[in-house]
Amino acid sequence: MLKDIQSTGNKDTRSGFGDGIVEAARKNPNVVALTADLAGSLKLQQFIKEFPERFVQCGIAEANMMGIAAGMTIGGKIPFTTTFANFSTGRVYDQIRQSIAYSDKNVKICASHAGVTLGEDGATHQILEDIGLMKMLPGMTVIVPCDYAQTKAATEAIAEYKGPVYLRFGRPVWPIFTSDRPFEIGKAQYFSEGTDVSIFACGHLVWNAIQAGVILEEKGISVEVINIHTIKPLDEAAVISSLKKTKCAVTAEEHNIIGGLGDAIAQCAAKNFPVPVEYVGTKDTFGESGTPKELMKKYGLDVSDIVAAAEKAMSRKK
Amino acid sequence: MAELSAIASQIRRDIVRMVHGASSGHPGGSLGCADFLTALYFKVMKHDPSFNMDATNEDVFFLSNGHISPLFYSTLARSGYFDIKELATFRRLNTRLQGHPATHEHLPGVRIASGSLGQGMSAAIGAALTKKLNKESAVVYSLHGDGELQEGQIWEAAMFAAHHQVDNLISTVDWNGQQIDGPTKKVMSLGDLPAKFAAFGWEVIQLEKGNDVDEVVKTLEYAKTFVGKGKPIVILMKTEMGKGIDFMEGSHEWHGIAPNDEQLAKALAQLPETLGDY
Repeated sequence: MLKDIQSTGNKDTRSGFGDGIVEAARKNPNVVALTADLAGSLKLQQFIKEFPERFVQCGIAEANMMGIAAGMTIGGKIPFTTTFANFSTGRVYDQIRQSIAYSDKNVKICASHAGVTLGEDGATHQILEDIGLMKMLPGMTVIVPCDYAQTKAATEAIAEYKGPVYLRFGRPVWPIFTSDRPFEIGKAQYFSEGTDVSIFACGHLVWNAIQAGVILEEKGISVEVINIHTIKPLDEAAVISSLKKTKCAVTAEEHNIIGGLGDAIAQCAAKNFPVPVEYVGTKDTFGESGTPKELMKKYGLDVSDIVAAAEKAMSRKK
Repeated sequence: MAELSAIASQIRRDIVRMVHGASSGHPGGSLGCADFLTALYFKVMKHDPSFNMDATNEDVFFLSNGHISPLFYSTLARSGYFDIKELATFRRLNTRLQGHPATHEHLPGVRIASGSLGQGMSAAIGAALTKKLNKESAVVYSLHGDGELQEGQIWEAAMFAAHHQVDNLISTVDWNGQQIDGPTKKVMSLGDLPAKFAAFGWEVIQLEKGNDVDEVVKTLEYAKTFVGKGKPIVILMKTEMGKGIDFMEGSHEWHGIAPNDEQLAKALAQLPETLGDY
């Protein structure tokens, strides 16, 4: 039962990245970290302390950082670039496209402060388009872990995976609930199995999806909550098998419903097993200043929004 | 080994034949930099045509102004990276010799894609940093168009290289004063280029005769004496766009167009076939 899934603590996902890269660097001497004046925000303090010679400060020059990361792979380094999600993607799209993706460089683009939960800094910093931008690049793996533990596990996993990766995480303190669950790139993670509705979620919204599932279960609805932490390559087999059971779906993400997880699931459904899909995400809009909690509510990312979407999806069956 | 000038002549023949064969490509800058790349690949660089991407213990070259790909491909083929016959596939469907250099098709000798301008200096710096981390003494080279210096990323990279004392990097600027829309002075003046690089903290070397292959060798060898001295090194190299073919010389008109049959014949008549055409 979903209500048995308890939080074991609270921590920001970016701290999972900071702790994960230290572990990865201890294991693999080729791991190097680059930043564009955001080492503190990306929690690199311990990495810098342990591996000062493997840390590259680029200053506020993200385009150059992406190119340097691409170049550093020649000779075997595994560069992790670190800055906010907006500056990791939109600002440097062509550098990633040509020097990293098209050139098939083993660079890990690690992006914090994604989505509206960045909060008060407002829309200039709250990118809601980055998953779409990155998943459109051929050969790019896109991972959006859901809590501290999974972000740490994902950070360690991508160091051992060969190829360009976009790893997206965030700023707010968030429940930890995957400490005892294994993480595997490209493998969907089940929190419950059910027959009435599938809820596919990523990032911070996985926790909200679980809470929505608790409410739905109390109403007697059989819910399948699945964490799609790897949006590309999508675990199509898991998605299709779930859709065949439940025959309707909800997607939940802290991202524009255009281009993100929702699009990926809908495309998979359309190709393989068409069913009604309802989208929880931002509706083709920019964000704004506010607390993360206020913004989640205003932009329709709350537990109640997922419950409503699930009920609507079920009502649309047949 | 043939004289460097003889090699450069053959490379120039390859360039115009490739561009003519594809009915597209960029002959102007390719011809202008033919002496530079000949000097680099046939004299100055320690490099291994059996090609490994990691370039362990060898010098590395990055072409940042990727549109002069005909020159790059001919130089690589003539150096033994791949069969010269493959030059005939330039810009054709399913070729490894894409319009702009790419690693995607696994062409030996290319280590990063270029074409979208301004990115190659950053990549070169990255490779230079890795060589330092790996305790290698090899040198990293890069080539840039002068028009390309209008891209902001170049100056991000220039600032970085000086700050981090990337002194195993020798970047060269093809200072031909031309770009697609006309003379660089008219399109977007670079101002006092030597002073700009000096102010950014680079060792600045000027080369007036960038189309004299022996002068290029001398200048590159001189530049190498600054390796390990704490500063990145730039060679500001004056060249003539279209060099070697009288009707192409000195004009931006031949930046990105192909010669017709008659023009090809006229061009080839000016360039001795020294190593055998592909």
